Amino acid sequence: MLAAIGVDSIDALFDEIPAELTAAPAADANEGLSEAEVMRLVQARIGQDGGFRSFVGAGAYEHHIPAAVWQIATRGEFYSSYTPYQAEASQGTLQVLYEYQSMMTALTGLDVANASLYDGASALGEAALMAVRAHKSARKLVVPRTVNPAYRDTVRTIVRNQGIELIELDYDRRRGSIATESLARVDAREVAALVVPQPNYFGVLEPVDALTDWAHAHGALAIALVNPLALALLEPPGAWGARGADIAVGDGQPLGIPLGAGGPYCGFMTCRKDLLRQMPGRIVGRTLDAAGRPGFTLTLQAREQHIRRSKATSNICTNQGLMVTASTIHMALLGAQGLRRVAEACHAGLLMLLGSVSALAGVRRAFEGPMFHEAVLTLSEPVDDVLRGLRAEGILGGLSLRRAYPEIDNGLLVCVTETKNECDVIDFAGRIARVMDERPGRAFGA
Amino acid sequence: MLIHELSRPGRTSRAQQPRTCDLPSAIPLSELRGAPLELPEVSELDVVRHYTRLSQRNYSIDTEFYPLGSCTMKYNPRACNAAALLPQFLALHPAALEEAGQGFLACMHELQEMLARWTGMAAVSLAPMAGAQGEFAGVAMIRAYHEARGDHARREILVPDAAHGTNPATATMCGYVLREIRTGSDGDVDVGALAQALGPQTAGLMLTNPSTLGVFERGIGEIANIVHAAGGLLYYDGANLNAILGKVRPGAMGFDVLHLNLHKTFSTPHGGGGPGAGPVAAAEHMAPYLPVPLVARVADRYRLLDASERAQTIGRLSAHAGQSGVLLRAYVYARMLGDPGARRVAEFATLNANYLMHELAEAGFDLAFPRRRASHEFIVTLKRLKERTAVSAMDFAKRLLDKGCYAPTTYFPLLVPECLLIEPTETESKQTLDAFVGAMKEILHEAETDPQLVKSAPHTLPVRRLDEVRAARELDLAWTKGRSSPATTQLRLANSRPEN
Repeated sequence: MLAAIGVDSIDALFDEIPAELTAAPAADANEGLSEAEVMRLVQARIGQDGGFRSFVGAGAYEHHIPAAVWQIATRGEFYSSYTPYQAEASQGTLQVLYEYQSMMTALTGLDVANASLYDGASALGEAALMAVRAHKSARKLVVPRTVNPAYRDTVRTIVRNQGIELIELDYDRRRGSIATESLARVDAREVAALVVPQPNYFGVLEPVDALTDWAHAHGALAIALVNPLALALLEPPGAWGARGADIAVGDGQPLGIPLGAGGPYCGFMTCRKDLLRQMPGRIVGRTLDAAGRPGFTLTLQAREQHIRRSKATSNICTNQGLMVTASTIHMALLGAQGLRRVAEACHAGLLMLLGSVSALAGVRRAFEGPMFHEAVLTLSEPVDDVLRGLRAEGILGGLSLRRAYPEIDNGLLVCVTETKNECDVIDFAGRIARVMDERPGRAFGA
Repeated sequence: MLIHELSRPGRTSRAQQPRTCDLPSAIPLSELRGAPLELPEVSELDVVRHYTRLSQRNYSIDTEFYPLGSCTMKYNPRACNAAALLPQFLALHPAALEEAGQGFLACMHELQEMLARWTGMAAVSLAPMAGAQGEFAGVAMIRAYHEARGDHARREILVPDAAHGTNPATATMCGYVLREIRTGSDGDVDVGALAQALGPQTAGLMLTNPSTLGVFERGIGEIANIVHAAGGLLYYDGANLNAILGKVRPGAMGFDVLHLNLHKTFSTPHGGGGPGAGPVAAAEHMAPYLPVPLVARVADRYRLLDASERAQTIGRLSAHAGQSGVLLRAYVYARMLGDPGARRVAEFATLNANYLMHELAEAGFDLAFPRRRASHEFIVTLKRLKERTAVSAMDFAKRLLDKGCYAPTTYFPLLVPECLLIEPTETESKQTLDAFVGAMKEILHEAETDPQLVKSAPHTLPVRRLDEVRAARELDLAWTKGRSSPATTQLRLANSRPEN
């Protein structure tokens, strides 16, 4: 090959690079490992991880994933293909994306879906930018404190440099949902959108109809932030209030994507059709080929960075194609009935847990509002100590709210999914009681 | 056929469903879904067969040569995937990484260090979820740097006209005004034009090197000097790092901040459009602004540092710790490479590209930059062929699909008319490259003798050429019940809430 090119060494192919840049290659500190060696190393490390029974949710949920989902999604033809620019050689991926868009519009009750964004938090950031573009004059966004704190942080990072202001909205301390009376104090003339989480970070169901109507009455858009699994059971954003929410976003993780240390997950976005041209991300359409047969292709690309450059709706290019493939297979396998049963089992599990802990002294439900599969408990003992005690017994007992919500006294966010049965839940309640009872000092009647 | 069209009322995949529970719901009726959810009703076999067949309607690296320029479609080692599918990893909850994921965090800490060494930078954040988000992080860091110094006059980001579309789009997302710098006829940035554009309003320059034109930016030393002298910062778009991995460190070229595309250079899969991962690396003076979380080693334990410990960070980019599963795959790949392997990546990617460029020139194809070395990719222009035969780069690309090969990138960069941007990568053999040259020669001959054959390609794929104009005009973006005929406008009526 070198002879064909007409050089005598590979180094000669780098002769346009200034010599001072290539003169000192990176030190050869590490030899490469063989596949056997690297797998042994990774297995040894990862093998020491986990091993807990988990009652943590907070935006990432443990669900059963049918075996077929990832066996098919990791077929090389899906796994190692690129963004489907050459449509004729990418009909498999394109049809999966079209089916995914169809399923997401059905779940959210809105007109159109894109082919995914990165994760739920960044999808909310994109929805915020989209709402400001669509509104044209207003540059403020109302983001309630019942939205996942990490999501709020992410939105802040994404919108900060575009002069967009975020208005925080407090929650009702009794119900754990948005304090609708505090909306009256918001200067609505400058608001481009209101974010409506369902269920919210505390697991509580929000008064979505009233909130959506408030946004519309004040010329703002309603952005629904939803758990897609819950929508098998709950009213979809397209049916909220008198006119329905305008944009729905969230994380598709509960639909066939493993916890996997936090990612890759799958941000989704659907919206009303008149907002379509403001939507970021890839969109797949069905069309006809030269022989009149149906086929699929990327469409409306004039919104995107590779065409519109600095005027694009977003800089997003790569999205979460493989996770979309898994989610589509997952939704097809479970169907409406299966997803609904999973959602019901999660809800029933939470009710069981709340029933079991209600008998314990020192454990109270923080909020009265109706819940889906998460709840905030307040403990009479320091929550971090209780979690440590539970970990010693092989249990991740939930998430401490000490830092994000210091006003909730020893708040613990717990989650139950269909992966936990009645024994697990009763066992959990028993261990909480024991750990709280056995705290040092307790024995002396503190 | 769509999965929806396989649906039969009442058909289910029962083993996948939990048992029905008879506990009463505590959710008020008004909150419950009114209209039925329209998802396909199919069996497990229906699903498995349908999606297995769909997979067979894709070209992929595992099945075809995929010389898609600027995308680095190299082989994705299966060991990387095996590691990321270890059950202990899949079960790891992101809120419990410090308590339950020390082994995973150890891998991530090592990955940060390897990437810092190979880029010649001081510190790395693995947080960004794709290349474009890495760019966003990097440019937001540039803004944070200037603002921390009270330098609010810097409102412009400079970008060469050959840059990826993500560069200008990123500048806009970070609230900057974009200014494009023209490219000289030899493929290098016009340094004179750059010098004129620089000033107290310059926040920074975003540069890909080697550039999207497939050549190394020879004036990089001078470019770095004049940008820095004007008070601007230098951003390295790592899209083409594969060409110089282990050979040249961006830090040594004078860059202040950069992102890497792990789904390119570090061989994590593209998955039909993602997920990627776009870690950012920063020189010492930029490190305080890196996005969180960062993995730190404190007294033999690994910790995730968030904004409470990184006061100057630009903030968080995702709900959790980024694309962990992609990062773990990249870690496995990087460990298999080691330092000598990293250098071999650049050497063989460059060898393959230069060999292919030479063979295609011999076969009569016009090169965009015939007097330049190829980096890991190069550009063929079909301008003269199109004038002669009316066969366009798009036609040529579609005909390549018929020959059992994915098409190179077409119509990018925008500067070169009728271009094919060809990137063979280091993982392809000489035999594959020779077969590709053979296919290119055949199509060249067909274009001269039977242009209609090429213009109407593809002929052997599941579909013929698709009508993209129709796709955009008669929008059909989702299946709806009862209207399964193709390509009619099928937008769902929203808000059709039944009484309940």
